[in-house]
Amino acid sequence: MKIMVCIKQVPHQDARLDVNGAGTWIQEENIKFEINPYDQNALEAALQLKDKEAGTEVVVVSIGPERVTQSLRTALGMGADRAVHVKDGAADGSDSLGTAKILAAVAKAESPDLIFAGFMSDDGNLAATGPMLATLLGIPHTTTAVSFQKNGAIQVERELEGGALEVVELNTPCLVTTQTGMNQVRYASLKGIMAAKKKPIDVKTVADLGLAGQVGADAAKIKIEKLYTPPKGQGAEILSGSVDEVVGKLVGKIKELGLL
Amino acid sequence: MDFTPDEDHEAIADAVRRVCADFSDDYWAQCERDHRFPTEFYARMAEGGWLGIAIPEEYGGGGRGIAEAAIVLNEVAKSGAAMNGCSALHLTIFGLNPVVKFGSERLKRAFLPRAAAGELHVAFGVTEPDAGTDTSRISTRADADGHGNYVVNGHKIWTTKALESEVVLLLARTDPRPDARFKGLSLFLADLDRDHCTIRPIPKMGRNAVASCEVFYDAMPVEGWRLVGKEGEGFTQLLHGFNPERILLAAEAIGIGEVALRRAVSYAKAREVFGRPIGANQSIAHPLALAHVQLRAAWQMVMLAAWRYDRGLDCGEAANTAKYLAAEASWFAADRAVQTLGGMGYASEHHVERYFREARLQRIAPVSQEMTLNYVAQTVLGLPRSY
Ligand SMILES: Cc1cc2nc3c(=O)[nH]c(=O)nc-3n(C[C@H](O)[C@H](O)[C@H](O)COP(=O)(O)OP(=O)(O)OC[C@H]3O[C@@H](n4cnc5c(N)ncnc54)[C@H](O)[C@@H]3O)c2cc1C
Repeated sequence: MKIMVCIKQVPHQDARLDVNGAGTWIQEENIKFEINPYDQNALEAALQLKDKEAGTEVVVVSIGPERVTQSLRTALGMGADRAVHVKDGAADGSDSLGTAKILAAVAKAESPDLIFAGFMSDDGNLAATGPMLATLLGIPHTTTAVSFQKNGAIQVERELEGGALEVVELNTPCLVTTQTGMNQVRYASLKGIMAAKKKPIDVKTVADLGLAGQVGADAAKIKIEKLYTPPKGQGAEILSGSVDEVVGKLVGKIKELGLL
Repeated sequence: MDFTPDEDHEAIADAVRRVCADFSDDYWAQCERDHRFPTEFYARMAEGGWLGIAIPEEYGGGGRGIAEAAIVLNEVAKSGAAMNGCSALHLTIFGLNPVVKFGSERLKRAFLPRAAAGELHVAFGVTEPDAGTDTSRISTRADADGHGNYVVNGHKIWTTKALESEVVLLLARTDPRPDARFKGLSLFLADLDRDHCTIRPIPKMGRNAVASCEVFYDAMPVEGWRLVGKEGEGFTQLLHGFNPERILLAAEAIGIGEVALRRAVSYAKAREVFGRPIGANQSIAHPLALAHVQLRAAWQMVMLAAWRYDRGLDCGEAANTAKYLAAEASWFAADRAVQTLGGMGYASEHHVERYFREARLQRIAPVSQEMTLNYVAQTVLGLPRSY
């Protein structure tokens, strides 16, 4: 079986984020990046299948600049077999559809039996790429997987609103997006890191994938107009004093505002 | 000159950081309080192959150098594990260096793969009550029994991890003649045979998850093949390990300084006194900046020393300089962290008092600051010997 895992490199959870000069994205210089946490669970799910089924190949795919190599090496160090890196300035500024088109072109060349992607990315929060990719490929998909099983067909337990769980079954080829916490993500071992150095990273351009002019900022239908931190403290009032005093003031406020 | 970040080094640091992230400061504080060896942590590090990082690949290790081992131990220390984390590991990571360099094939095959897999706890038995800095005075004896084997009698102190260890790298006198001095010393990888030795933990200031012990050897038999290299060359063999040991200890010390500094900085930003963050006062801010500057400088020296060692170049000056600077920088940072936190610095809950106690150690062991300066004075500057 062949599994493709889509991974995105996002700012590290501990990174200090500032808005860039143009006010359209974050300042990316000198911050640390990591594999999108949702995608880490996706990768782990793929690696668990590989551990169970001999002969399974796990291919990780990522789009982005040179720094993405490090995330791909991490994925290879954790146990993925190969990587495809779409490294091309022409892909910059793609919206979810552009990203999905690039991934679809890679998937067509790879023809995986199963595609895993994170439910959403930590930076964009759109949760759109996975379903769009499945739609472009014309394969079934499901989202927010919290557990996963393969007994011939694929069974996925997915999370719904209000804590309900739903079980769905899909035939391969299909696509599954994963929720964080679905599994315990493994760490790269020293042997894994050493072995990863010898594993291939296939670098591709947008033109290699036959998508020149169809992706990137110019083709995007969604543009970020403005990114900013809302001003602090407006409309907030800090009550001070001992616990009893604060409680008293709070109750007074609630009454005053007619909230009770 | 090339200071480009090394992809491997970043991958190693990242992987170790992730393992360490599962062991919080509270975990370490608890191990410290209970005097409990961090078994779970050790197992996880073994699982990742980190204990075998510097053991050659042909014996099951990672085959990497001291630079990589330094990165591992630095990450462990700065996760908040400090010396409790590092001392649990470093003798397995590095202690067997003399066996790698001088041991027989039989000895290497028997022990290195198990050490690389993290299955073998190793202790280091050199220091004695009357022989610390002056190793020539070692009196523990390994007497030939006439059948190619040895019998060990004597008294060692400060043998770290003796309680957990299956084997000890033991320096003992095989030639009792008074003028034999260093030439009468031999190195063994001996079983710590509990029927022939008594082990007593030494109550101490800190790093209490890992005990350092007194060990009394009473007619402990050691088979002949457990001799490392040749008889009478034990001290020279140990000398080869001094530089890498200094480099690794320096990397650990810096890690403690870094975690102490991190805590101090976040406290200095958040704690308001007289209506403003205490970090706005230069008497708080400058020492923290100074701690940072000193830690950075020491780290560059660690990497230089490791780089030289891994290329087979002489690294005595760099290793001693790194060890000296790192121990001072770590101690300074830990002390300033306690000061920055004020009363809370003295309380256990913020952990800096634990870092402070552990940072004190590197100025004494494995070699004192005085002895590193003696090295620089005599070997580098050519001043007369004091001993
Ligand atoms: C927690 C801990 C763990 C340890 N673990 C181990 C271990 O696993 N295995 C092991 O073998 N040992 C271990 N040691 C021992 C350690 O290596 C020694 O404590 C260290 O080498 C110093 O020796 P000493 O304590 O005998 O001090 P001494 O030799 O008695 O020295 C006392 C003081 O005098 C100074 N001094 C001595 N001679 C000179 C001189 N010529 N010039 C200037 N100053 C001088 C020293 O620097 C020191 O400050 C450990 C020690 C500690 C505290």
